[in-house]
Amino acid sequence: MIEVKNIKKSFGDKVVIEDVSAVMKDGQCNLIIGTSGSGKTVLMKCMVGLFEPDEGEILYSGESFTKMNRNEKTEIRKQIGMLFQGSALFDSLTVQENVMFPLNMFTTWPTRKKLERVNEVLDRVNLKDTNKKFPAELSGGMKKRVGIARAIVLNPKYLFCDEPNSGLDPQTSLVIDRLIKEITLEYNITTVVNTHDMNSVMEVGSYVLYMYQGRKEWEGSNKQIIFSKNQRLNEFIFASEFLKDAKEMRMLEETGKMPNDRNIDDMIK
Amino acid sequence: MTIFRDIGQYLLMLGGMISRPENAKMYWKEFIHQCSEIGIGSLGIVVIISIFMGAVSTVQTAYQLVSPLIPLSVIAQVVRDTVILEFAPTLVCIVLAGVVGSKIASELGNMRVSEQIDALEIMGINSKTYLVLPKIIAALVVIPMLVIIAGVLGIWGGRLAGSMTGIVPPAIFDQGLLEAFAPYNVIFALYKAYTFAFIISSISAYFGYYVKGGALEIGRASTKAVVISCIMILFADYMLAALLL
Repeated sequence: MIEVKNIKKSFGDKVVIEDVSAVMKDGQCNLIIGTSGSGKTVLMKCMVGLFEPDEGEILYSGESFTKMNRNEKTEIRKQIGMLFQGSALFDSLTVQENVMFPLNMFTTWPTRKKLERVNEVLDRVNLKDTNKKFPAELSGGMKKRVGIARAIVLNPKYLFCDEPNSGLDPQTSLVIDRLIKEITLEYNITTVVNTHDMNSVMEVGSYVLYMYQGRKEWEGSNKQIIFSKNQRLNEFIFASEFLKDAKEMRMLEETGKMPNDRNIDDMIK
Repeated sequence: MTIFRDIGQYLLMLGGMISRPENAKMYWKEFIHQCSEIGIGSLGIVVIISIFMGAVSTVQTAYQLVSPLIPLSVIAQVVRDTVILEFAPTLVCIVLAGVVGSKIASELGNMRVSEQIDALEIMGINSKTYLVLPKIIAALVVIPMLVIIAGVLGIWGGRLAGSMTGIVPPAIFDQGLLEAFAPYNVIFALYKAYTFAFIISSISAYFGYYVKGGALEIGRASTKAVVISCIMILFADYMLAALLL
């Protein structure tokens, strides 16, 4: 479990995050949503320690990450996997070397065992026969999946995904969303996803934190979001007429006034 | 004020890279990779520059020493000392600041912009230790070797030019090389090489590591790294000469 307590972060005179608190539970996808510039990436970077918050603290399983020294933070970071917006794969390494990198750095396993683990996670993200390819030879969706494979190769307790669907087509986005959800449930990890993708919110958002101009505007689940009366949230989530219609339909489904016979596998096909 | 902030941040970067490696084998691999990148990658240009600078030194020294009272072997002495004291360490390192410095700055800048450095930090790896330290140590090992090669090739280039143009016969050139030779000059050249190697690698790494923005900023950082490295090399060149000669 990750607890965010009264976080404040400024850059110079500009306050980017103001008094944000949240509790992100194990075994579920916790989403941070908001428009561009709302402070969600800064909040995520504060959570993983890339930025030091000015006030407040971050707790991992009850232990204050903010107050830890560098060595203690390093130990927590070994339990963190992160998928970056641009995948952040090492250009000069092949897919296999990228995924094997954390194993090479932090384990003393023999090469055969490391290779087995790499193939296992690449298989898990549905990437076969790409071991010898370089990142430049992969599509955007494939890069994201390699990023996920690298993030989970050490069996992390916490998985952070910064805009995992940016630059991807809707179908590939759905595949990535489903993969993140499956991995979260399978490994019982605390997943934090930073997104402004409506489909992600509705498909994987067990807990949703909506940020507006650096403040927490709303929190709840993807089911509660349908019934929310928060005007800013509704304007953000259901921005188009099509999405407003979809919301009406989902409300009817949730209240049992209309049957839900949609199958996510059929949607992906 | 920016200059003080830069100096402070540069010193913090140097201090921050001194930490225990997470996995010595991986760091050794990175060090060897950097030795290859800096050494083998620059060898071609160093060879070409060295031969020509030696050749030009011979021709120009002969042009200036017109008195019949000065023996021809003096040309070899002048070429030898000029190459060892100045051309091999300083000129070659200025060229290396362009070749190696821009490469280090753009490589680290690209890693910063594409969040690869953040990815290393998230994994629990000290990115300064893993990325900057092997580059500096590799430069300290390889650049003095390149300077020695440049010195040898520079003198050989001078001998070749003297022989080809008929200015100094090879036998007289060889005799001149042995006359009034001061071994301290070679040691002084190595002092310079180590100092310049540190300047090139650390300043370029600093400008690359702290890039903010995108492709345009990487280019700017790369240019700035080369310019500042060259200025610092010339400044250090004067200081070392004033202090040690």
